Amino acid sequence: MDINRREFLKIAGASTAIGLLGGWKAVELLAPGDVEAKYLQNPKVLTAKRWAMVVDMKKMNQETAKNCIEACHRIHNVPDIGDSKREIKWIWLEPFENAFPGQHQEHLAEQLTGQSFIVMCNHCDNPPCVRVCPTKATWKREDGIIMMDQHRCIGCRFCMAACPFGSRSFNWMDPRPFIKKRSPDYPTREKGVVEKCNFCAERLAKGQMPACVEASNGALIFGDMGDPGSEPRKILHTHYTLTRKTHLGTNPQVYYLV
Amino acid sequence: MADDTKKVINSLKETGFFKQKRLYDRGKVIIGIIIFLALLSFPLFYNMGKAAKAPEPEINTPAIQRLPETERVCVEPKSYMKDNHMKLLNEWRDQVVREGKRDYVGFNNKKYTISLQNTCMECHSNYDNFCNKCHTYSGITPYCWTCHLNKPEEWAAGKQ
Amino acid sequence: MFEKALVGDRKYWGLIIALLAIVGIGFIIYLWQLKVGLKITGMSRDVSWGFYIAQFTYLVGIAASAVMVVLPYYLHDYKAFGRITVLGEFLAVAAVTMCGLFIIVDLGKPMRLANIALHPTLNSVMFWDMIVLNMYLLLNITIGWAVLEAERNEAPPPKWVKPLIYLSIPWAPCIHIVTAFLYSGIPGRGFWLTAIMAPRFLSSAFASGPALLILLALLIRKFSKFDPGREQIQTLAKIVTYCIIINVLFFLFEVFTVFYSQIPEHMHHFEYLFFGIEGYGKLVPWMWISFIGMTIAGISLAIPRIRRNETTLAIGCALVIVTTWIDKGLGLITGGFVPNPFDRITEYWPTVPETLIALGVWAVGFLILSILYKIAVSVKEEIMT
Repeated sequence: MDINRREFLKIAGASTAIGLLGGWKAVELLAPGDVEAKYLQNPKVLTAKRWAMVVDMKKMNQETAKNCIEACHRIHNVPDIGDSKREIKWIWLEPFENAFPGQHQEHLAEQLTGQSFIVMCNHCDNPPCVRVCPTKATWKREDGIIMMDQHRCIGCRFCMAACPFGSRSFNWMDPRPFIKKRSPDYPTREKGVVEKCNFCAERLAKGQMPACVEASNGALIFGDMGDPGSEPRKILHTHYTLTRKTHLGTNPQVYYLV
Repeated sequence: MADDTKKVINSLKETGFFKQKRLYDRGKVIIGIIIFLALLSFPLFYNMGKAAKAPEPEINTPAIQRLPETERVCVEPKSYMKDNHMKLLNEWRDQVVREGKRDYVGFNNKKYTISLQNTCMECHSNYDNFCNKCHTYSGITPYCWTCHLNKPEEWAAGKQ
Repeated sequence: MFEKALVGDRKYWGLIIALLAIVGIGFIIYLWQLKVGLKITGMSRDVSWGFYIAQFTYLVGIAASAVMVVLPYYLHDYKAFGRITVLGEFLAVAAVTMCGLFIIVDLGKPMRLANIALHPTLNSVMFWDMIVLNMYLLLNITIGWAVLEAERNEAPPPKWVKPLIYLSIPWAPCIHIVTAFLYSGIPGRGFWLTAIMAPRFLSSAFASGPALLILLALLIRKFSKFDPGREQIQTLAKIVTYCIIINVLFFLFEVFTVFYSQIPEHMHHFEYLFFGIEGYGKLVPWMWISFIGMTIAGISLAIPRIRRNETTLAIGCALVIVTTWIDKGLGLITGGFVPNPFDRITEYWPTVPETLIALGVWAVGFLILSILYKIAVSVKEEIMT
């Protein structure tokens, strides 16, 4: 057979590549079947088609808000950095003109001035943060919660740039020294990853309401937008509510009853 | 194919490749080879005669001692855990975080809550004498512990 | 051909060693950043992208500008550029390498970089940016090397280079368009949400890249026996002139839209950058220097006498490079983040460690550039004799 060295090398290279690829795929396909039967949801899990929250600003006062914030940050080991440039916050208070920039009127209703609105991730239905994440470290779950996978996050902070609501925080350093009392209910995070409110997905999985809702004394109403009989739906049916930066079309799922 | 090899060897023969008698810079080359071999074999000679003890992770934690002897089992058999705990933990991570499935059915059909810090570390609370024994020996540093607490009771009590 | 980079005079080795020293310092500080986290930079919860990403943005522009030399030669048979296509391609290689490094030093978890490849996310512009940039790097190093080697052997380049070159021509503006899309598709940042982001990126790139190429060509002429050519430099100068003028015009178009419409969400960012808000105005002098400087450069270079005099041309090019750098490398990122989504102001300025790491990456780029240019110039000198 007449073959020169260059052709031989080309054929050898191509065969090796195809062989390796094929072999790898074959091993994957033929590998013993997986572990689906071993993984279950907790029977008490709370499910929904579309989780959402209504904030009743008539019931939400400074003290209640403080309780909500404290509950969330304690349970989730959110560090208290103390430096506003590097702070990490999942839920906090903002005055009206900062929570709703662009909605500010010169002669605003008295009930809205000075009042601080409790803000958190809006778990948008059309989230720009999910759209930009290059690794799917943040994604929209079937029930609408915008999840974070801190194992996969590469810390590129594109999601922070994309969020129109400033809901996300980045760990500029190791957070552990700044956690006063550690809670075993949730892991801490590492430097280099982004974090935000997760609608207490880990509590919903065990049949518990989000921590802030439990601490809110009725000021936070959490429920399923996909269920016409749910509390939030009933409120929305009978009252006008505000959402933040509605015109951007992200479809935020935190509604403010003013 | 054999003809081609013969042709190559013949052409090399013609140029005198196999007849070279001079190793240029012989001194430097030989010294270099000796130094290379010495460096390469250094670990072998340095540790010769010393037997590095195999690691023995301890499982006599208070939580395990509290269990009756027949119930001192992990979520999977010991041999499986020894070989595959890393793979299992990866699967656990994806099932919990990405699939939302937080219960695991172990090999004895017992249900466990999937949690490194609250299930695994509940029994194996002696992180330094259990996890670290093998990890230090093999020289690996998994970074689970920078997030997942390894001493849940102590954290809950506000220590560390 | 690589052996050409291993022989050189005192000045060459002095340059290499100096650059290595800067790289070394940057690297050590980067190790510190890996250990303690990005807190050593000036970035904050509000300004979560800073100097590193700004440098990345600027350098993608420089990288894309290789097309300005390649396109006229290969598509329109402008034979004069044949001498210098390899200089454009090698500049692109150095620039894209710096881009990749700036992304890496900016990441919170660089060890997880493979996740972008392991979990491809087609809706993420950043995913596409990684792909197009890496492909562009491969294209340019392959094309540049193959063409140079063919030139050295005084033979035509191998046939497979042509389709790669034709691919690199639309690919070049693509890398910068995709980079612009990182910013211009984000709903919450009024400063970036403008269709003219991509055109402005391109005009700025095609002004600054050729300007840098002109300066490098003048340096090559000074320090070696290879002369890139007066005609080549003059054509590049015309490209710089038109593009810098277009860049200023695009900026003025933006100013019109923003201020005639009087929409606060869009106006506030320009007000912060050019006038300061509530006493916060770190960038104000820089932005004015940038745009007045660009305008002066554009008008001066439009005057043939100034453009034809290579000294004044060099000054004009330097002005273009500095002003476009301020625009992209300082103004663009901070302007997008200030004011923040709550209409509050957190200013940003790079810290010393951040700047040293950035300088280290720039030094890596210039190191690669020096080595590649040494090879290219030595080959050209060789065939001259």
